[in-house]
Amino acid sequence: MLNYILRRLATGLVTLFGISVISFFIIQLVPGDPAQLQTSQIADAAVSERVYQQLRELYGLDKPIPVQYWNWVSKLAAFDLGSSFHDGRRVSAKIGEALWPTLSVALLSFMLTLLISTPIGIYSALKQGGGFDRSVSTGLYMLYSVPNYVAGMLLILYLGVKWDLLPFRGMRSDGFDDMTTLGQMWDLAQHYVLITFCFTFGNLAYYSRFIRQNLLEVVRQDYVRTARAKGLGERSVVLKHAFTNSLIPLISLIGLTFPFVLSGSVILEYMFNWPGLGRLYFESVLQRDYPTIMALNFITALLVLGITFIADLTYGLVDPRITYDK
Amino acid sequence: MTSEATNNPPAARSYWSITWRRFRGHRLGMVGLCVVAALFLVSFLAPMLANEQPLLCRFDGSFYYPAVIDLIHQVPGSKLIIQKQRPYRLATFDFKREFNPERGDWALWTPMRYGPREIAAEPLAGPSRRHLLGTDQSGRDVLSRMVHGTVVSMKVGFLSMGIAVILGLVLGCIAGYAGGIPDLVISRFIEIVMCFPPFFLILAVLAWFPPSIENVMIVIGLTRWVGIARFARGEILRIRETDYALAARSLGVRPAQLVLRHLLPNAMAPVLVSVTFGIAVSILIEAGLSWLGFGVQPPDPSWGTILRSGYENLFTAGHMIPPACVAIFLAVLSFNLVGDTLRDVIDPRLQAERG
Repeated sequence: MLNYILRRLATGLVTLFGISVISFFIIQLVPGDPAQLQTSQIADAAVSERVYQQLRELYGLDKPIPVQYWNWVSKLAAFDLGSSFHDGRRVSAKIGEALWPTLSVALLSFMLTLLISTPIGIYSALKQGGGFDRSVSTGLYMLYSVPNYVAGMLLILYLGVKWDLLPFRGMRSDGFDDMTTLGQMWDLAQHYVLITFCFTFGNLAYYSRFIRQNLLEVVRQDYVRTARAKGLGERSVVLKHAFTNSLIPLISLIGLTFPFVLSGSVILEYMFNWPGLGRLYFESVLQRDYPTIMALNFITALLVLGITFIADLTYGLVDPRITYDK
Repeated sequence: MTSEATNNPPAARSYWSITWRRFRGHRLGMVGLCVVAALFLVSFLAPMLANEQPLLCRFDGSFYYPAVIDLIHQVPGSKLIIQKQRPYRLATFDFKREFNPERGDWALWTPMRYGPREIAAEPLAGPSRRHLLGTDQSGRDVLSRMVHGTVVSMKVGFLSMGIAVILGLVLGCIAGYAGGIPDLVISRFIEIVMCFPPFFLILAVLAWFPPSIENVMIVIGLTRWVGIARFARGEILRIRETDYALAARSLGVRPAQLVLRHLLPNAMAPVLVSVTFGIAVSILIEAGLSWLGFGVQPPDPSWGTILRSGYENLFTAGHMIPPACVAIFLAVLSFNLVGDTLRDVIDPRLQAERG
């Protein structure tokens, strides 16, 4: 096990290096720079040129690219993400602010997905091929093909505008500060409804089908037959013996879907004016805010790397049949 | 394929004809395929379906067929060979205004007689008999823009996946067949790229280039090859060890020929499945990018830009949103249905398990 962890960490370091290189170069290699963007409004050519050179020096853009990369990485190693080119604020502060709105929606939607799709998955597996199984899987399949931003637009149009039931701009209403604590919570909850739904419904089909498929596989195993043979009730066989074991592959599914949770949010967060990571990324791209773009790219890739690693390890911990040492 | 072979021993049909026979048995898959075919047809015939100039007309004593020439102009390079006749070629020429029945002019119009860029009526008018889906903020016919938006979606879907397939197959085959250092480098690179959320990468690259569908296509293609490469590599690794590959090798078939003639064709089926799903994703990404303002630019029609103008005029003109939503949904659903059916159909092991 230790051997495996060390090997994975070693290859992980190479991947990490690659991630940092790509995060850095993907925006360095393309034409145009933020200093140019900021000085393009200055009418006087001489002033513009002077400010341009000063800005380049300030941002460190005048140095050769390998030097810039080295500076960035060495700061990164000290957990210094630098300051935004756009408003001069610390990148870490900007990301910290945006982290919770994205993460809270992601967690909420994930819990909802599991809460809804688990019973559906179990029930469909037990009544395999029955009316419920087929109608629910067809219905969820249709839902799965509705892109989340398409659903978002329709929900905004009908629930938000036409019937005026739910708010759809940002996290808070105007006058949030004057509300009572209870009123604030109610207001927040209302703002979460639509965006959380958009993140959730598409996963339902995927997860319930996944749970159904795994349960069907596990039910054929010998130990389930043993459990039945020793006279356990159907309930106990399914829920205790079969279902808990069918959850194992779910771990890797979570690892696989995580990057999409983070990036799928760009359009939705922009649409709902949600102050999360996706919108921050989009705005940074528009502002050519190099440090923020690089930091966001790097951090998300790092998270993905870390989560797949943890998922692989947990997999081994919960499933004793998997051994990591050759 | 063994199960199929024992079921029908006398008829030696090709793998693809067997696959097609199985595919026809899936109703939902066929529905999906029909919708895909319909979308394809609409995008191919778009200039003859919705055009501000007629299919055939008599104008001032002579005959013209401008919409047909618009159709021909969809083929790149055809403008050098055939051009519209004199008055129709001019940007300022407005046939609808010059049209004069008393002179003996007549016209056979396209089914929708408004062009996608033609300012045809009041801005933001709701659906009416003349404009079935209403008009947008500049007074352009939304239905006509939807029809022409299909062209963009299909083009981006197929061409971007074309780029991804070529890149993915080449790199996947090299990694899978050569092994050793090339495999190590390519696999590691795939692993690194996969850590980044795809939409982040696409936005980061696209932000620096002038927005156009060509750039969107290229960037989507460049970021989406990794999945295909990983797939192809795995398949090649598996097939490389089969007996027929060994037989070919022992006959002295050269590596390049072995890969192209023997390994790749057998790896194509699973790749095709992921390509079908990939087209759906590309269409989705294109519409999303256009919605964000990074793809097709406003005067040009695309489902994403139509959705965007609906979003910008939410309170006054919601009528633009549902059609664009339905179109994107139908396209994604039908490609998903085809992909799912293909996956069920091409894997004989799955078939045996089910039966």
